[in-house]
Amino acid sequence: MIPHCQLPSHIATGPHVSPFVSSPSHAGRAEDLHVPSSGSSAPFSVAPSADHAEASAGAEPRKHTTYPYVTGNSVLAIKYKDGVLMAADMLGAYGSTKRYKSVQRILRVNDTTIVGASGEISDFQYISNLLDELMTQDFCYDDGCTMTPKEVHAYLCRVMYNRRNKMDPLWNSLVVAGVDKTSGSFVGSVGMLGTSYTDSHVATSFGNHLSRPLFREFQRDDMSLEEAVSLMQEALRVLFYRDKTSINKYVLAKVESSGVAISKPFALDTKWDLKAFVNPSKHAVGSW
Amino acid sequence: MSWSPYDLNGGTCIAIGGEGYCIVAASTRLSTGFSILTADKSMILPVNSKCLIASAGFDGDRSQLHKVLTFRSENYEHFHKKPMSCPAMAQMLGNTLYYKRFFPYYTFNLCAGLDDQGLGCVYTYDAIGSHERVGYSCQGSGKDLVQPVLDNQLKAPSILELPPKVAVTSLSKDEAIETVKIAFSAASERDIYTGDAVEIFVMTPEHGVQKEILPLRRD
Amino acid sequence: MASSGCLVSEQKPNGFDFDLCKRNAWLEKQGLQTLKPWSTGTTICGVVYKDGVVLGADTRSTAGETVADKNCEKIHYMAPNIYCCGAGTAADTENVTGMISSQLELHRFRTNRESRVVTSLTLLKSHLFRYQGYISAALVLGGVDCKGPHLFTVFPHGSTDALPFCTMGSGSLNAMAVYESGYKEDMSKAEAMELTKRAIRAGIFNDLGSGSNVDLCVITSEGAEYLRNVDMPNPRTFTAVPKPFARGTTPVLKSKELRVPSLESRVTIESQEGDVATAMDTT
Repeated sequence: MIPHCQLPSHIATGPHVSPFVSSPSHAGRAEDLHVPSSGSSAPFSVAPSADHAEASAGAEPRKHTTYPYVTGNSVLAIKYKDGVLMAADMLGAYGSTKRYKSVQRILRVNDTTIVGASGEISDFQYISNLLDELMTQDFCYDDGCTMTPKEVHAYLCRVMYNRRNKMDPLWNSLVVAGVDKTSGSFVGSVGMLGTSYTDSHVATSFGNHLSRPLFREFQRDDMSLEEAVSLMQEALRVLFYRDKTSINKYVLAKVESSGVAISKPFALDTKWDLKAFVNPSKHAVGSW
Repeated sequence: MSWSPYDLNGGTCIAIGGEGYCIVAASTRLSTGFSILTADKSMILPVNSKCLIASAGFDGDRSQLHKVLTFRSENYEHFHKKPMSCPAMAQMLGNTLYYKRFFPYYTFNLCAGLDDQGLGCVYTYDAIGSHERVGYSCQGSGKDLVQPVLDNQLKAPSILELPPKVAVTSLSKDEAIETVKIAFSAASERDIYTGDAVEIFVMTPEHGVQKEILPLRRD
Repeated sequence: MASSGCLVSEQKPNGFDFDLCKRNAWLEKQGLQTLKPWSTGTTICGVVYKDGVVLGADTRSTAGETVADKNCEKIHYMAPNIYCCGAGTAADTENVTGMISSQLELHRFRTNRESRVVTSLTLLKSHLFRYQGYISAALVLGGVDCKGPHLFTVFPHGSTDALPFCTMGSGSLNAMAVYESGYKEDMSKAEAMELTKRAIRAGIFNDLGSGSNVDLCVITSEGAEYLRNVDMPNPRTFTAVPKPFARGTTPVLKSKELRVPSLESRVTIESQEGDVATAMDTT
């Protein structure tokens, strides 16, 4: 496991000690690195923390993420014969404003694993940092092993659950996908409460309602890459038609045993001129 | 909109203790709200050769609880060079749950296995560790539908009878397995959170733990 | 003008009175357990094709998390050429469609003409709008009249949409995914039926509020075909008859024998036919 988890708390009080803290700006979030920030290590310690002192002095207690600001929407992932496919659009929405339109929400973790995120973008960027540092650590072990998708998924499950225990959730639904030499393809998901599962296909947020019905009907673990790509495109197109916070600019990523490939941004063909939509009540005059 | 650290992910589990066997069964659907997350997630933890734990409720807490219990059970095996007995595991599960009395694991557990006389034993819990040894029990979203069926079918001696009798059912192993199947297929007809499949673990002194899967309605 | 205040106070307010709705909301806030009506946590949908309209519905009705009816009917009759799928509170959808249906029948008697789909749409939306959304009926209305095939959705507050395909209920997104990916212009009857069946199945298998079987209703200028349970994709996976309890399972703790004397020896039956006849005469 990761050494910093086992660091006794008294060693880890200064931000400079933690291997993950690279700049002073991170100092305030030392406890996010899963190291107790208070000096006391007694499990039942009820000494009032700084937060409580503030609250009793009439000031507002520390605000946790009670709602997200800039959000990404659905992430979809499916297994196919030689690996896994993942897709997401590139929108970072500020409420219902289409604020940022080139947000890459699929991340290459290592040669076998990718992670996609919906939900709060800033929290995802923080998770990206965690994963980056995790991979650096993995590299430094120099033991000829790299983390498998299943291990990355297990790690993220613990991170998400840990933060929900602090009543300070990372406002994301994450999808982990990849290929493991021994156990084959892997697709898994974890939500902001730590609810996790693995399946042959996964979709977060709106995708769970709009894309998974198509996946449940058409996805097979032995489908070819071409079939998988066209199924994925169909699912994305339906999402674009019916999800108001989505844009027609996507990234598609695949993992096979040969490695990770993430596409350039692309758009899908859409059709908006079906003649029945032009004036559906043309022959039903008389109401309002 | 206020954020809650809890969710309910549905599912039903049943445990039955008999003479020389023990059955633990749980549905495999994981859901949130009106959506199915996956049709195939186990909520049974095979702790060791003597004990199984089934937990319904919130999936995040279940994962954490199962990890903690696995860790402690393995630790016990290293210290004592034997697997933890079912009654010992049952007490430890109770302690583990009560340790989080004011931020509970939102899980509803059954701990079942064979005791040192080879008799099926079942422990049933609330979310904060209150527990009791019984002959059979069920937990989770379908428990209101299933418990009366078990009470009616398992022909266990009344707990009001004096002198008290051993609480295990007089049914044979195969009859008990059939009762579990009837109960689950009926629960999946009427409880929207129970469905897809049910895993049935059967523990006997002769054959150890054996697993069987029965498909259920998928709607 | 000063005296007019006096007159106004005598006058009853016009229109609907929603005081009870306010009272109920207040009581609920105080912690009153409200009743749990049967709802049709539902997948309903419809599509217009070349010669007509296909309507579809699942058949599960729920009360909270339990299934109240495994094979209910959600496609309601409005007129011989018009049917209406209902989602929401079962009582509301049944009654609102029933009430409007009877108005349409009277209108047909009066005018001697086939009902039009817009007529029923207008009656439905005016009724629902008056009740300000307190009648929870979300409807998919379809039919064929002299102007051709029509499909509408009606929302509980009374707004409506005219669309070539539409879905409603808790499984609406699942069904919409199928429609969006499979809709084509000028579909044949068989294609439209197959697509609608798939849309309902998507709701059945992906939405926990929907389940059991698929009902379809195909309406053309020739008339309506109500196809009940065209697809039954959820058979019971395990059946076994529980063994009957053996005699003596319930222990007899004590018994007492009571001898009942025969009836004839005690009771003399005196019947006078005339009296009986008088008693029953209610003229």
